[in-house]
Amino acid sequence: MTLVLSSETQMVRDTALEFFRERSPVIELRKLRDSNDPDGFSRALWRTMAELGWTGFLVSEEHGGTGFGVSGLAQVMEAAGRSLTASPLLSTALLGASLIDMAGTSEQKDNHLPALVAGDRIFALALEETSRHAPTRIATTATATASGYTLNGQKCFVLDGHIADVLIVVARTSGGRDDRQGISLFLVPGDAAGVSRTRTIMVDSRNAALVKLDNVQVGKDSVLGPVGQGADILETVLDRARACLAAEMLGSAAEAFERTVQYLKDRKQFGVAIGSFQALKHRAAQMFCEVEVTRSAVIAACSALDDNANDAAALSSLAKAKASDTLYLCGNEGVQMHGGIGMTDEHEIGFFMKRARVAQATFGDATFHRDRYAALLGY
Amino acid sequence: MTDLATFRAQTRAWLEDNCPPAMRTRMPEEEQVAGGLRAEYVRPEQKIWLDRMAEKGWTAPTWPKKYGGGGLGNDEAMILEEEMQDLGCRTPLRGMGLSMLGPVLLEYGTEEQRQTHIPKIVKGEIRWCQGYSEPSAGSDLASLSTRAVLQGEHFLVNGHKIWTSNAHLSDWIFCLVRTDPTVKKHDGISFLLIDMVDPGVRPRPIKLISGKSVFCETFFENVQVPASHLVGQLNKGWTIAKRLLEHERKGIGGIGNRQAAKFELPPEAVAKAYAGEDNGRIAEPALRDSIAKYSMDAHAFQLTRRRAAEEAEAGTPPGPMSAMFKYYATELNKTRYEMLLAAEGFQGLGWEGDGFTDDEIRITREWLRSKANTIEGGTSEVQLNIIAKRVLALPD
Repeated sequence: MTLVLSSETQMVRDTALEFFRERSPVIELRKLRDSNDPDGFSRALWRTMAELGWTGFLVSEEHGGTGFGVSGLAQVMEAAGRSLTASPLLSTALLGASLIDMAGTSEQKDNHLPALVAGDRIFALALEETSRHAPTRIATTATATASGYTLNGQKCFVLDGHIADVLIVVARTSGGRDDRQGISLFLVPGDAAGVSRTRTIMVDSRNAALVKLDNVQVGKDSVLGPVGQGADILETVLDRARACLAAEMLGSAAEAFERTVQYLKDRKQFGVAIGSFQALKHRAAQMFCEVEVTRSAVIAACSALDDNANDAAALSSLAKAKASDTLYLCGNEGVQMHGGIGMTDEHEIGFFMKRARVAQATFGDATFHRDRYAALLGY
Repeated sequence: MTDLATFRAQTRAWLEDNCPPAMRTRMPEEEQVAGGLRAEYVRPEQKIWLDRMAEKGWTAPTWPKKYGGGGLGNDEAMILEEEMQDLGCRTPLRGMGLSMLGPVLLEYGTEEQRQTHIPKIVKGEIRWCQGYSEPSAGSDLASLSTRAVLQGEHFLVNGHKIWTSNAHLSDWIFCLVRTDPTVKKHDGISFLLIDMVDPGVRPRPIKLISGKSVFCETFFENVQVPASHLVGQLNKGWTIAKRLLEHERKGIGGIGNRQAAKFELPPEAVAKAYAGEDNGRIAEPALRDSIAKYSMDAHAFQLTRRRAAEEAEAGTPPGPMSAMFKYYATELNKTRYEMLLAAEGFQGLGWEGDGFTDDEIRITREWLRSKANTIEGGTSEVQLNIIAKRVLALPD
């Protein structure tokens, strides 16, 4: 594990920071929200991101990927987090690409990966079923038929679910509610008969959907990875998602923090900049510490995942827990320190706090990851 | 093998041959070696280990060889530290000469001052203490009023220092003194080295909440100090004072990286022992969650220290991160002791006598000692002010 970015990763970082700053400032998210954009993200922007190669970072070279790995994608996501950019990076470039590249048959890879890398196909992981992240709490059933499987169940909080061309559905082929055994993954066309999708309007103005599966018929060739053994591959890929989402959250936290520090310098009350008040200085300094500590955890987790290190799972939980706490802190302190203007929709700082709440809950909040970290470390 | 790999192998072999087994055990506080003219050794191995390490200059691994130091590069020194930790070797010598004064003399001292003092610090022959705080100058250190008046070849020193760690066991004291009371407070301070053998220097131990007396107050009454014991220029002592504080904070910021860590149970193991287990988990869910939160913060902080070291190694100029180390490390260390006491329950509440093991009493006393971590060397509040000013550029 190394905690210093390689020169290649540093180049990705510089490119991504400039790209999102120029092409996708926070106002773009506001426009998507206010225009009730049916996609909830910019397809033009997504195509450019694909042209830059970001969709292929987790795809092997034979299928058009560039192999910059988790550490590379984390840089892109951190930069996207700074401008709260809505895009299918997580659902498609990370989850879709990783699951298919790691578990897919050569036909599945040939079918999906080039289109994914080109930015032409959007994926969504249909996992959650309850009120919070629970990757093995699966009640959706996949019943074997002569030609394949019949899927029945209900999924919630499916990121990019309403616009996905392909759903990756987590369903149970055997076992009881919390069993790791018996979980299988299925590639299901978003418009398959029996699939009904309802877009949910979220507090962070980003994309999610409810997905209902009503006797959805899929062929045997739609199974992704070994039948009944989906929990293992899912866990590995979820750790990638947690680490990269933590990177995105780090970017959002750093941005909210820096904007707030600037406001403390600009805003005058009692004839002085409010940043001269110790009550605010100390809290700003504490945020600085938390952002830096979170950055270390994120870099370590991504590096460990790229190395397939033994502690990659614990480090992913560490990164997601720290990022959740830190973005919560910076989002809330950001609004509080901006005072009245921070409560207005016109000001952008509120967007960060709203995004914080959703990102915290995605793939396990801090409590979930403290529990997991402790279990992984044997207590 | 690369040069560093060879160095690692040779270092390990040397440590295995030369570190007495008794010096690879947990080091109780009373067995910490601080050296000095009045040094007392509980066991002979302490002195043997000190002398062997001092001979190689490895009590001060990165200091120049010409003053008795080890002459190692930062990367080699890190390897030495890692191998010592791995073998559980005790730090052979600790003290304010090594952690604070030495680096400052190397930077600001005259050649004569370096030749006189540094080899004795490396060998542990002279024990130093710090004369900084005064009863009316704590966080506002620069308002100090201990006076030094230059009279011909000597300074005449009068005043009252406090929180002079182990002054009653020390031989020399480095002091901040006021040499010009007529100018702005930062501009009239000088840095003096004072031999405590002078009868006008009187240290008096202060009993602390832990029951121990590691700190003193020290009185100076008409103490004559040769003018050649001034470090740097007259009235320019504040720059040196701040530099020394950086070294002090770095030392305190390294807390938790101690040799003892190898021999001490982490809070989660203590919690399992006292609160019981449920399927391999700490039986009390709320306690388990608190301990996990602490451990994860400690883990992320340890990664941050490592990242800073790797960045320094890669030649990146030291980032703003280092400003947070003292603050974060000491807050974490206090939390660590809170977790240990919470894990022990009633058994963490003993002061002395029957009903408690030595370790339980020790942890309780250390819990009280840890409260000073966020006060000494600049309070947490002062550290946050420094971050706000230097890193965030927030206005005064």
